[in-house]
Amino acid sequence: MKQETTSFVYVTYILSTPEKVFEAITRPEIARAYWGHENVSDWKVGSEWRHIRADAKRDVQLVGKVIESAPPRRLVISWANQSQKDDPSKTSRVTFEVEPQGEMVRLTVSHDELEAGGGMEKGIRRGWPLVLSSLKSFLETGRAIDILALPKSA
Amino acid sequence: MAKASPQGDLVFKALGDSTRRAMLDRLYERNGQTLGELCAGLEMARQSAAQHLEILEAANLVSTVKRGREKLHFINPVPLHEIYERWVRKFETQRLRLLHDLKAQLEGDKQ
Repeated sequence: MKQETTSFVYVTYILSTPEKVFEAITRPEIARAYWGHENVSDWKVGSEWRHIRADAKRDVQLVGKVIESAPPRRLVISWANQSQKDDPSKTSRVTFEVEPQGEMVRLTVSHDELEAGGGMEKGIRRGWPLVLSSLKSFLETGRAIDILALPKSA
Repeated sequence: MAKASPQGDLVFKALGDSTRRAMLDRLYERNGQTLGELCAGLEMARQSAAQHLEILEAANLVSTVKRGREKLHFINPVPLHEIYERWVRKFETQRLRLLHDLKAQLEGDKQ
């Protein structure tokens, strides 16, 4: 087995439809607007996906494989820094679950198999709450949080 | 945006209690704890801890996952981020931070 790992579960309720929430994660032209990054893939099981910063340099920051894909309800992907993609101990797993609840959608993002205390844990602890509140704001009001403009310490 | 305020009420109510804030601190330190683990860490009765967790869950500050027979509790900071965006960031974050740092220095707080 690997060294000690940790998990995080983030939940947000969004006034939207499962289709719109799923597309907001998987379609680059939508993710760009609230995430400052694009998630690029054909989203077929076994395919690669890449997390690309949506600026002029277009750095590929994260990469992984599509593990499960059942639009618009469920998507499971592996997740690693581009520079650490060949080190299995640095590869974690992200599950998106989209469930309708009345007029709302419950979006659960579970991030598992994270190296405890590692750099990725620090990054995602700051990142996911920000990305998910930006997504909620974007889908509900059309206004996103300007993620790339936030200072690192905010 | 009127729909957002009942959820905001739940979050502020859930945070208006030192035991519940202590629970969130415990989960921040170690995420994914069972009710039993949380009780032990806080020296609390199971029933009382369960009631506090229910309020935190209703406010979406805690999310749960079932793993086998266990129910694991995870801190969910997404609503806190929404409050931060709504109530803090737009009011001159920089100046607030300077004040916070000054207070921390004067009081010798590690924060």
